[in-house]
Amino acid sequence: MAAHEAHAPHDAHGHHHHEEGFISKYIFSQDHKMIGKQFLMTAVFMGVVAMLLSILFRIQLAWPGEESDFLSFFLGETWAPGGVMKESMYLGLVTIHGTIMVFFLLTGGLSGTFSNLLIPLQIGARDMASGFLNMLSYWMFLISSLIMLFSLFIETGPASSGWTIYPPLSALPQAIEGSGLGMTMWLVSMTIFIASSLLGSLNYIVTIFNLRTKGMKMTRLPLTIWAFFITAILGVLSFPVLLSAALLLMMDRLAGTSFYLSDIIVGSEMLENHGGSPLLYQHLFWFLGHPEVYIVLLPALGLTSEIISTNSRKPIFGYRAMIGSILAIGFLSFIVWGHHMFITGMNPFIGSVFVFTTLLIAIPSAVKVFNYITTIWRGSNIYTPAMLFSIGLVSTFITGGVTGIILADSALDIAVHDTYFVVAHFHIVMGMSAVFGMFAGVYHWFPKMYGRMLNTRLGYAHFWVTIVGAYGVFFPMHFVGIAGAPRRYYDYTVMGEYDKPTFDMIMDLNVIITVFAIIAAFGQLIFLFNFFYSIFRGPKAVQNPWRSNTLEWTTPVSHVHGNWPGAIPEVHRWPYDYSKPGAEEDFISQIVPLAEGEEGDH
Amino acid sequence: MTKLIVLIVIILGVIAIAQLVRMYELSSKLRNRREEDIPNRDNRLNATLLLVFMLAFFASVIYLFVEYGYTGRGEAASVHGASTDWLMDLNLWIVIGVFFLTNALLFGFAFKYVRKPGVKAYWFPHDNRLELVWTVVPAIVLAVIIILGLRSWNEQTDESPDEAIRIELFSKQFDWTVRMSGDDNTLGYFDYKLTNENNPMALLTTKTIQDAIDSMEYSSTGIHALEAKLNNPHLIFIPEDHDLMVKDLARKERMVRMLYQLKARHNSALDARAMDDIVFNANDTLFLCKGQDYEFNFRSKDVIHSALMPHFRSQMNTVPGQTTRFKFIPTITTAEMRVKMNNPKFNYILMCNKICGSSHYKMKLMVVVLDKPAYKKWYAKVSKFDPKAADVCKTFRNIYAVGKPKAVVADSITVAAGTSVDTAAMATK
Repeated sequence: MAAHEAHAPHDAHGHHHHEEGFISKYIFSQDHKMIGKQFLMTAVFMGVVAMLLSILFRIQLAWPGEESDFLSFFLGETWAPGGVMKESMYLGLVTIHGTIMVFFLLTGGLSGTFSNLLIPLQIGARDMASGFLNMLSYWMFLISSLIMLFSLFIETGPASSGWTIYPPLSALPQAIEGSGLGMTMWLVSMTIFIASSLLGSLNYIVTIFNLRTKGMKMTRLPLTIWAFFITAILGVLSFPVLLSAALLLMMDRLAGTSFYLSDIIVGSEMLENHGGSPLLYQHLFWFLGHPEVYIVLLPALGLTSEIISTNSRKPIFGYRAMIGSILAIGFLSFIVWGHHMFITGMNPFIGSVFVFTTLLIAIPSAVKVFNYITTIWRGSNIYTPAMLFSIGLVSTFITGGVTGIILADSALDIAVHDTYFVVAHFHIVMGMSAVFGMFAGVYHWFPKMYGRMLNTRLGYAHFWVTIVGAYGVFFPMHFVGIAGAPRRYYDYTVMGEYDKPTFDMIMDLNVIITVFAIIAAFGQLIFLFNFFYSIFRGPKAVQNPWRSNTLEWTTPVSHVHGNWPGAIPEVHRWPYDYSKPGAEEDFISQIVPLAEGEEGDH
Repeated sequence: MTKLIVLIVIILGVIAIAQLVRMYELSSKLRNRREEDIPNRDNRLNATLLLVFMLAFFASVIYLFVEYGYTGRGEAASVHGASTDWLMDLNLWIVIGVFFLTNALLFGFAFKYVRKPGVKAYWFPHDNRLELVWTVVPAIVLAVIIILGLRSWNEQTDESPDEAIRIELFSKQFDWTVRMSGDDNTLGYFDYKLTNENNPMALLTTKTIQDAIDSMEYSSTGIHALEAKLNNPHLIFIPEDHDLMVKDLARKERMVRMLYQLKARHNSALDARAMDDIVFNANDTLFLCKGQDYEFNFRSKDVIHSALMPHFRSQMNTVPGQTTRFKFIPTITTAEMRVKMNNPKFNYILMCNKICGSSHYKMKLMVVVLDKPAYKKWYAKVSKFDPKAADVCKTFRNIYAVGKPKAVVADSITVAAGTSVDTAAMATK
């Protein structure tokens, strides 16, 4: 879709090394760099759609029931009669917004783009282990994106039981319209998405294990690669579980089984299903769902580690501790899923085990934060837009992380579960941290992707509007939540009937949030403009614009198939030799052999 | 027309920005500046902005806390709520401290250590002591948080005492129904197959089983009626409707067999448990007594709902096919809370907090906490046996007439093919 259309004119200044046709080069490409760009384009498009959806429902939340030309323009008479959004469409928008953001932007987009681009380049490989599977992975991603998008346009509306699609609501079309065809499309789309993700992840793991260049020990890998590696393992272990959850749900919907259904009367229809448990679904879903948070976050942290180290001209502090904390987070992420289920009727004892494991994650996270801060300390910090976004990431990782401590504490979770406090928490972590990581990555590796530079001043404007706007959106949400406002509410009039002052306070905050959301959304236009403009007209990049150590900057600016025109360079040192005492330059590329008497890895 | 103008303005705006960027690029080229070379001026400007941002951010966080911090839900109106609020405060102080400290370090260092010409970055790849410090200190703080949290959690999820009043909160799209356990303080058993208009909570008694069987067999859409229609040679059906009716018939035959099993196994001594239950109408206010232990049993008829009572710091999901529980002791009457909240119209509320359908946001129940004398008076009224005052006296015995069944309402149990039967009948006319 967006991917090849946008690439087409790029052809003019591409470099043809083999006699590759247009189709094999730009569309059915098996080259990891092109596939990475395809992922990025698709994800950017999906991200814009999901952001637009959020603006639509934010308008409803701030000014409920007021006529809006904006709403009627996008939703039309069917879904916004007279410019007022319909309740069922509100839920549909919320659901698809969440789904796209979590899976299509932050899983497919973040991990897909940068794993594909950076893994072969940074470990010194000619391409992925299997270019063909890699291509399939992208095409499945595109197909699943298209199905998810089209589900917005069907008559009964998109899936509308929240991005977690808890049955029985998602299993019973009688209970909500969106659980008809919309939910079927959601499930089909996600099934294809999972296949795509698995193909990609297996490829990443195999590539990292087998195709590292000579001298590239695991302990010389840049932290980006470590992050992608653990992310891929998390994906391989957890996505199949989501697939099984989706398949069982599909069976309940189509084949009359009772995995998730028991003793239900919906409307006036008495169902025969007996013996299933909706909690089973929640266990399966969150067994993916929690590792998913780290699938989203780890790549962002990996990218940031690289960017902060490069731009502070200092080695990343505690390289091994950083690897250790990635491993610890990866491991712990599999035994914490129950903290999403404290008040679902799960046995309280199991709940207390999950409290313990969940709070443990705070330790490796704290280690990472302090290591970042120490890296910046006494650095020679250069504020490229990528660096600013990385600092933004660390700040939001702290802000979003500390509220996690409250939510992980089951006793406290009772009162704030499913309120806006939770919405604030995971949006600051995923909607800000992970997205900032992605922006940082785009700004930093844009020269590698397109051979051109992004405009720095526009990058600054983008960063400042985004951080102010996004904090302005998500920070006040804590207070909406502490006031007791549930999430996924079309409006809060019921609270007004019982407690007018609290209702007024919530509405005040809702207006503030929406205004900031609109500002932040406009800020993204700056990025989009900069991005597309620079692809075609940005100033040409040099080989190593950021004076960085890693291998990708030893490849020629123009893409060649196989990455390095000659032999693959050998690696002699770890990737973080910045400002090393005794060295002339403030960076030493990984391919430079150790000088006599020089100490090697750290 | 306005849309057209908006579109034109947007396009012109994009062109204008493009021209500005073009000018910027040309001037960079003239001055021979490359995009990746960040001038010191820009660098320092951004470093300063980071610090300014931090100060503004901290100021607005403090403002938000002062302005909106704790006003929303007011004081906790339950015993455990007060203790979790204390714990919440403690945790908040810890995390706010961490938040301010680490953000200040981050932005402070970012400001201070901006690149200065001639100053090289300090080579500092690792330090085991430092790393140990920021592993151990968080671990200790977390240990405290975990221990306090679990202590509170165990108290809250412990078995409720025998004297706790059992109340069932029954949820369905999109309302709540209250059932109280009555004088024996035992909730009667239920089975969802017994649901009908007179018995919306599906309570299990000899009589309700029999009524359900009768309804399944003899109502106007029951088994006999369906069989009669299907076997009637004078009726012609649309094939789809015919299929639906056959399916419906098969389903009802399976259901009725299960009802017969239920009947065969039923011990009529258990009827009494249900008979004294006080069954309210959907949306009828939940009345509680100050200082009384309560155990809430949650049940759902259709999809998952969640009973959030923000003022009592209480929440539990209702899950179809299983009973979930939550207990608390209310400590502040509605009247007292109105004074505390400085709002004479204030009322406690129970809201649905798990997405359950398009009217999810309207699914709520009013909760009133009375002091003991007022509660006793109210309770005496609703628990009285007086068939003539069935709108006030809500015991099951009272509203579900024993011995003399109310006419079984025909459509109480579903009729998937109900409408098609009518069209089929019309088609034959």
